[in-house]
Amino acid sequence: MEPFKNFIDVLTQPTLMLTLAMFTFPFFFPMNDWFDKWNRRLRLNLLWTKAGLIAVIIGLTLFFVVGVQDAEFRLIMLKPDNVPIVGLIFLVYFFMWVSMKQASDNDKLLSTGEKPNEYHDPDEKVLVWPDLVYVEFISLILCMCLLLVWSIGLDAPLEEPANPAATPNPSKAPWYFLGLQEMLVYFDPWLAGVVFPTIIIFGLMAIPYLDKNPEGSGYYQFKNRRLAISIYMFGWIILWVLLIIIGTFLRGPNWNFFGPFEYWDIHKLEPLTNINLSEIIYIKLFNTGLPSNILVREIFGFIVVFGYFLVFPPLLAKTVLKRIYLQLGNFGYGVFVFLLLCMLSLPIKMYLRWIFNLKYLIAIPEYFFNI
Amino acid sequence: MPAEAEQPLQEKKSSQQATASVGEGTIKEKVQRRSFISWLAVAWVAFAAATGGFFTMILRIFFPNVLFEPPQSFKIGPPDEYEIGLVDIRWQAKFGTWIIRDSEGIYALSTVCTHLGCTPNWLENESKFKCPCHGSGFRRSGINFEGPAPRPLERYRIVMADDGQILIDKSKKFQYEKGQWSDPEAFLVV
Ligand code: FES
Repeated sequence: MEPFKNFIDVLTQPTLMLTLAMFTFPFFFPMNDWFDKWNRRLRLNLLWTKAGLIAVIIGLTLFFVVGVQDAEFRLIMLKPDNVPIVGLIFLVYFFMWVSMKQASDNDKLLSTGEKPNEYHDPDEKVLVWPDLVYVEFISLILCMCLLLVWSIGLDAPLEEPANPAATPNPSKAPWYFLGLQEMLVYFDPWLAGVVFPTIIIFGLMAIPYLDKNPEGSGYYQFKNRRLAISIYMFGWIILWVLLIIIGTFLRGPNWNFFGPFEYWDIHKLEPLTNINLSEIIYIKLFNTGLPSNILVREIFGFIVVFGYFLVFPPLLAKTVLKRIYLQLGNFGYGVFVFLLLCMLSLPIKMYLRWIFNLKYLIAIPEYFFNI
Repeated sequence: MPAEAEQPLQEKKSSQQATASVGEGTIKEKVQRRSFISWLAVAWVAFAAATGGFFTMILRIFFPNVLFEPPQSFKIGPPDEYEIGLVDIRWQAKFGTWIIRDSEGIYALSTVCTHLGCTPNWLENESKFKCPCHGSGFRRSGINFEGPAPRPLERYRIVMADDGQILIDKSKKFQYEKGQWSDPEAFLVV
């Protein structure tokens, strides 16, 4: 068992796990023909079959059954706060499967020139009362039963009255905010706590206006919407669900990373000394002190940030996103690419931190402006 | 009433209409326009009164009867109660201040993380303040060196009172990034 645990501990180092997840992602959700070819060659499309569902569910269950034997992992996994997250892992895969299964079935039908499955749905209508209300009533009762059993079985994770002088270590946000909390590690609070959540919400609201592709309306399918689906899934699975899982299972005291089977050592020492871009350039590269003029000091950060948002849009419009640019026109494409770049800035910032210990590209603490 | 209300539905069933048939002719006008309007006025007044009352009560919350706020300035005893090279966390819970004495003098650090305001812990072995929320680390001096905290911890005004005790005044803060730590009141020479 030990080698297995060590293997998992190494594999779940967030640096490694996120890298693996990001690079294998396009093979699971192929966004172009090349990835699609490999998706079929590696038989990854089996994931969306009945056999795939059973295999993944069994695999996950086995992992948690084995994991619960371990004293360290048991503490994390059976904490009343975290039990739902274990459930979330199963549920997210299950619902992904439900839609992707129908999508891949329809893709097959469509590629042979047939109509999608939903086309044959009966046209006849059902009544709200009694048909719908009845079903809702049954689900209500079932949910009540589940909640009752749950609340009897697991104590509410309440703690002592809040005390501003003593912050629990680690202090974890509610599970649905763990993605944001993870983001806060890499960004200034006003960005990660205010600007990005706003952009996320408005970005989600903008989707129906940006994605006007009529293909697949009313039925599941992947082939003709692969870019849209994979971009969305990237943000949802990697940058939200995975970060929640990391925050739940892998963040320990002092907000250090711990493998699931690792002892939560408060004194775990991780050298994390971080420096700003201006310090890297002026002190390490030029061997001079930081200039006292703020603008001169941060000029390189401004160049990088503005460059990122000014160079990439036209570049992408000419290359990978050409089709989208032609479809959406200047304004729509501008909004789309801005949202996309914002989304990608999170993993970029994470890697900059991990590789270069970079804290902020632009750091003007004098005016609370850090990027 | 119920029989009448169901009428359109039955009609629809029998005539197999696909479109909904709510509209003119399906609901008879039973309420007089005049009384409807006056009822509407009553309803609006009631609604406004209830909402107004509700928000007044909410506003009331912002003015509590008792405020448990520790004083902004306080005395913490004579300097020789503080050992050289030690971080004193005695006043963390009560006043939100760490008192640190080095070979030259004493300074008072704020216990509020400059990232998002959690309270870091002093780790003696690692000789650093470490924030449990997003992992910011501060040196004994208050300088930030790891994690996302954008600037050093703030220092409070520290002076000698007339009675030989140290006086901490939290209403005056000194920020490193603004070059205020060199202020004579940010550091007590003993
Ligand atoms: S609040 Fe201290 S690191 Fe975020």
